[in-house]
Amino acid sequence: MTGAAEATAPHGPGTGDAPPVLALAGVSKSFGAVRALREVSLELRAGEAHALAGENGAGKSTLVKTLSGVHRPDSGQVLMDGQPVEFHKPADAQRHGVAVIYQEPTMFPDLSVAENIFIGRQPRASLGRIDRGEMRARAAELFARLGVALDPEQPARGLSIADQQLVEIAKALSRDARVLIMDEPTAALSGNEVARLFTVVKALREQGCALLFISHRLDEIFELCQQVTTLRDGAWIASEPVAGLTHEALIRRMVGRDLDTLYPKLDAVAGEVALKVHRLTREGVFTDVSFEVRRGEIVALAGLVGAGRSEVARAVFGVDRWDAGWVEVNGRRLPPASPTAAMSAGVALVPEDRRQQGLVMDQSIERNIGLTGLKGLRRGPVISRAAERDRARDWAIRLQLKFNRLSDAVNVLSGGNQQKVVLAKWLSTRPQVLIIDEPTRGIDVGTKAEVHRVLSELASDGMAVLMISSELPEVLGMADRVLVMQEGRLVADIPRADATEESVMTAATGRAS
Amino acid sequence: MTAVTAGRSTRGIVDLVFRARELSIVAALAVLVAVTAGTNGNFLSAQGLKDIFLNASILALLAVGQSFVIITRNIDLSVGSVVGLVAFTVGDVLAADHGLGVGVAIVLGIVIGGVCGLVNGLLVSFGRVPALVVTLGTLYIIQGLDHAIAHGRQINAVDLPESVLSLGNGSVLGIPYLPLIAVIVMLAVGYYLRSYASGRDFYAIGSSPEAAGLAGVPVRRRVMAAYLLSGGLAGLAGVLWLARFGTVVADDAHGWELQVVSAVVVGGVAITGGVGTVYGAALGALLLTTITSALVVLKVNPFWQQAITGALLLLAISVDRLLALRVARILRRRNARHGS
Repeated sequence: MTGAAEATAPHGPGTGDAPPVLALAGVSKSFGAVRALREVSLELRAGEAHALAGENGAGKSTLVKTLSGVHRPDSGQVLMDGQPVEFHKPADAQRHGVAVIYQEPTMFPDLSVAENIFIGRQPRASLGRIDRGEMRARAAELFARLGVALDPEQPARGLSIADQQLVEIAKALSRDARVLIMDEPTAALSGNEVARLFTVVKALREQGCALLFISHRLDEIFELCQQVTTLRDGAWIASEPVAGLTHEALIRRMVGRDLDTLYPKLDAVAGEVALKVHRLTREGVFTDVSFEVRRGEIVALAGLVGAGRSEVARAVFGVDRWDAGWVEVNGRRLPPASPTAAMSAGVALVPEDRRQQGLVMDQSIERNIGLTGLKGLRRGPVISRAAERDRARDWAIRLQLKFNRLSDAVNVLSGGNQQKVVLAKWLSTRPQVLIIDEPTRGIDVGTKAEVHRVLSELASDGMAVLMISSELPEVLGMADRVLVMQEGRLVADIPRADATEESVMTAATGRAS
Repeated sequence: MTAVTAGRSTRGIVDLVFRARELSIVAALAVLVAVTAGTNGNFLSAQGLKDIFLNASILALLAVGQSFVIITRNIDLSVGSVVGLVAFTVGDVLAADHGLGVGVAIVLGIVIGGVCGLVNGLLVSFGRVPALVVTLGTLYIIQGLDHAIAHGRQINAVDLPESVLSLGNGSVLGIPYLPLIAVIVMLAVGYYLRSYASGRDFYAIGSSPEAAGLAGVPVRRRVMAAYLLSGGLAGLAGVLWLARFGTVVADDAHGWELQVVSAVVVGGVAITGGVGTVYGAALGALLLTTITSALVVLKVNPFWQQAITGALLLLAISVDRLLALRVARILRRRNARHGS
């Protein structure tokens, strides 16, 4: 960590005379037991584009939120022009000239583009009235400066995401922003739109704006940026010039860590095909996705956030409809868009967002576990509480759930135990195909290992498991095969023996090596 | 350049849609009046017209206040109760002391209404309780308070000072006071909402509360202000109610909150916030009042009057939804062309 120590000094060696416009010095931030940022330092300079690289969960978003006043650091400092500043809320950062462009901007759909730019700061005429002519003219001027053709009087509703970002950039310009932070701005854009965004952003850079740019597409980092800072597991890894760096070297910085022993995958003999997905397409979301999962196999679906993995899972389970292709379970075709049919065919989906989609948070553990199999709990027309309780106790013991009473509400459990309840809920339907989305997101290390143990046991009992995960070590440790998705397409099918962090990341970031 | 001209015509379309909303209410009014007058000449008599405008004024005043709240994506169901409470308590005070004039009555009414609005606003914006629940609760509380104060009594016109009663029935230059007050309030509030930065904040909040917070709009203060205004205007409406009818019991204006919300929605204010004008809302109030009067003149069974009001409400919402979809499609198509 000697590099970090160097970067901590506001006037580090070789940094020239002017202090950086905006800097982080030794910033740490924890959420409960999770240490999202550990002693991270970063320096943004005028006229320079700085990339922030790192895997999902490396702490990039937390860093952005610290710079933009959403989070306050637990320790360490935010510095502007070398002076410590404290941002208590986003408005404080904005006042200091820090503007953030999010992947999907938040706009006022009912107001005009010009009003979106100037809300709260409209140009005034006499008696404090809004000077609409002036507002329109200034917005038009901003768009002219950016070289984009947008009509200030158009309502924001119906603008494409690319245009919304341009409006946000115009807003930043109108505030004389000195620092522009862009959090994965290109994730939802087409090639043309990216080119247009880059033209605008490069012009801003030349006008002396300091840029922080986050993207999973390495090509974009190399095209736009001069400096790159890499984070891994919340820790600062390196800050270095982009020139002279190779894609491979950057990927190694992002992923290079030791595989630990958290992933006790038992060997299982792959049986017959349980789930077969053939050329599945949902327009604009994913295209031509084909794969198979056999009994006893754990297949990981890897890729970057937004690559379409969860969407494929939802379509297979019938939550979303698909436009072309088909899905077969144990040799029988599933009707499209019918979760009921998928469930009775033996498919279970454990969704990514437990709080939103997986659990009824105010209800008891036993109620939640019983929810998926109410038919099996019926004694005549009524649900048998005793049967419900028996089943819940059964699974709670099997999954080593930690709880006081089965009648406790789910929301008092820890994240990891909540995940076990979701698992129990679906496993109690005795599925033959288990689709599980981000099985260990946001849960602690010990519970992670238990979830992995359970998954591994289920597979060796003959279940076919399709696991979506953004954590590479988990993917590599657990999976018999790794499928990699990139921008809605399945781009690689890597057997366990060939799967390395480099090979998976390379496929996911779209670099044919 | 082509993209800019495309944008211009887009603006034209969108403007037209919103103006069309107000124009269509005016057209509906014209048809209604023509048909009714054709059937029964008395409908357009001086007295008939005056009655419609007097009745519409109070509803319009409430609709203006309610639009403020609905534009911020909230609702105020307590306004009917506030009108009842203010009408009775102010009447009670005036009956006890004949020395008090119309000015005191109005100020007292606005203060009582304002306090009710303040309670609503505090609970919604700072207590973070959903507006529907808060104002449903205060609806019953204020109603109960009204009954407790009234205790079965009744305020009679003979107990009230002449100056107050003349507010309800008098006129200036042939224009009755009530519609005059309603129009002045409507124009003032409409101008504020359109032309002042803080006025635009209300639309911003209703359009996207999260974005409003991120943009530094003082969301809670504005929501608070919307309830204060709605309460204050309901207080004013309560005084006007007293002045117009003279005879007041605790039950007055029961159920008006739903008429008010109907008027606002028929007038083109989106129930989901962010869209609409107080002019539209006031027109909506005029339309609903005219329909009620017309149906009486046409001797339609009172049951149908309510059903027709309900049907109109559904029609207005369906038309809004259809138009919104249409506009969204047009905008998308323009943008697609623009992008290419």
